Amino acid sequence: MSTADRAAPHGVIHDIGFRHYTGQRLGRRWARRSLLIETLRGAYGLGRPAKSRIMAWLLLGLYVAPALIVVTVAITTKADHLALSYTNYSVALSLLTTLFVAGRAPYAVSRDLRDGVIPLYLSRPLSRLDYVAAKFIGLWLAVTLFLAAPITVLLIGSLLAKMRIGDAVTGWLGGMLMVAILAAVLTGIGLALASFTKRRGLGVAAIVTSLVMAMGISPLVTSVVNTQVSVEAGTYGALIDPYRLVDGLAAGWLGVDPSDAMMAPVNGAGTTVFTLAMLAVVGACLAVLTARFKKVGRV
Amino acid sequence: MATISTHALTRSFGPVTAVSDLTVELPTGVVGLVGANGAGKSTLIKMLLGLLPPTSGTATILGFDCLTEGFAIRERVGYMPESDCLPLDVSATEFLVHMARMSGLPTNAARERAADTLRHVGLYEERYRPIGTYSTGMKQRVKLAQALVHDPQLVFLDEPTNGLDPAGRDEMLGLIARVSQDFGISVVVTSHLLGELERISDHIVVIDGGVLRRSTSTADATQVSGTLLVEVTDRADEVIARVRDHGAAVQPGRTPGTFAIDLAAADAAQWVVSAVAELEVGLVRLQRKRHQLAEIFADDASSASPTIPTPTAPATPTEEPA
Repeated sequence: MSTADRAAPHGVIHDIGFRHYTGQRLGRRWARRSLLIETLRGAYGLGRPAKSRIMAWLLLGLYVAPALIVVTVAITTKADHLALSYTNYSVALSLLTTLFVAGRAPYAVSRDLRDGVIPLYLSRPLSRLDYVAAKFIGLWLAVTLFLAAPITVLLIGSLLAKMRIGDAVTGWLGGMLMVAILAAVLTGIGLALASFTKRRGLGVAAIVTSLVMAMGISPLVTSVVNTQVSVEAGTYGALIDPYRLVDGLAAGWLGVDPSDAMMAPVNGAGTTVFTLAMLAVVGACLAVLTARFKKVGRV
Repeated sequence: MATISTHALTRSFGPVTAVSDLTVELPTGVVGLVGANGAGKSTLIKMLLGLLPPTSGTATILGFDCLTEGFAIRERVGYMPESDCLPLDVSATEFLVHMARMSGLPTNAARERAADTLRHVGLYEERYRPIGTYSTGMKQRVKLAQALVHDPQLVFLDEPTNGLDPAGRDEMLGLIARVSQDFGISVVVTSHLLGELERISDHIVVIDGGVLRRSTSTADATQVSGTLLVEVTDRADEVIARVRDHGAAVQPGRTPGTFAIDLAAADAAQWVVSAVAELEVGLVRLQRKRHQLAEIFADDASSASPTIPTPTAPATPTEEPA
């Protein structure tokens, strides 16, 4: 036993002094990835206090529950198709998704704005665009996972109910594609609105209000234009509501049944308009977001 | 070796010139950056971090060009902003791990260094609690920790003692001195309290209206002057009279019982001691006076004021002497 060992009582934490870091520094791509993952984890409250987890997981549970019911019914009645299709599911339960996006989008950006964290990011190997991209992709992944969960339950259920495997997998793949697109539209709108306020409550309210209003106005516009102008013109009422827009796109692109035939493109030109509208919404939201983060968080 | 050197660095925002033709070299160690609000300190820091391109001129920091190698610089430099910048709903540990990863450290290294760094700034059990529950002093330590977590070669600390009580201020200054001495990390620290900078800085840079006013080592600025400060408990007039009898030049002080003797008279200390002994009064202080940083401003204000183009700032630093 050396003198040093004897002199120090057990359980003492020795101050070993400052150690320099000589390992790898992974740079900008790693920083961007880390922020993306933090955003994704944050959306589900992982690594955060328990109370920030409740809302996200409760909504996810509620969102998946109807899929479980649909599947249970299909299995017990030995049905040959699902009561709710892979692409219509998002429209039928849009309110829950709206609540999820409204809760999560402000969580992703307004905290950074309110607490002034952005200068800390900018003083690291990360650009403003990197920040916006990481936040967008992180939340997009979170929303995509949310939307994909019940659809995947539907797939598993239809396989258990011994429906045709080819049809089930094709339907599910189409559903996943549309879910990813819907998530991009919703993430864009959510983040663009949330980036304007430091107050999370205000952001939540703004997103819920605009999405719910869009959801309400869209069929009204369709029915009015439908009777006043033409059925074809009426279908463009769907462009107002992100959920119906993407549902119409699914009908146009994949040939699946829309939730409402009056609100889906009737021909190739219609599909093009729907596609352009979707791209325009996502593009505009990204532009707003980029412009917004050029100004805030100056070091 | 200079950690930072700028050459004719200029940055204008439209008609306003925030930093004007700045040529300066900052050595390793602790460098105090002094200037009133709007003097160009934060513009300078932004340019050095590679976040704001200069209008003209060049700057190198740790051998990297701030115009083209911003990402490389920001991997090796830490920055502690003056403003509130901490997320309130995560724990200090969680936050530091994230910030270390954002600086490019792999996850395992980030965890290890987050724990190490928090220990070095003096945060222990409380590091698992949300930052929102911390006192101002603890938050300030977390802010410092996030600037150090990736083991930078240089840190910029913007007003690190802002909002702290005197005890917290002392601890923060002690920490900053350790960062330089024990950790071997160069520090550029801004403060409007000259006394603080005097205590911890090896070098002082004064900018005003974006113009370099002075760049000097602290030792030069605070060297021993040729004045002896004396304070007695009683009968100061009689002591002064006796010292004057020896032919020394004596200047009565502002507070009663104090006076200053010009040290041109080499035996002055001896004269004071014998006068005090004969009069049987107490001797409180007998001290060689040191120059203070505030004198830089007093000198500059008297000599340079008329030529300073922007009258917005010059008096401010002297309003808050040590």
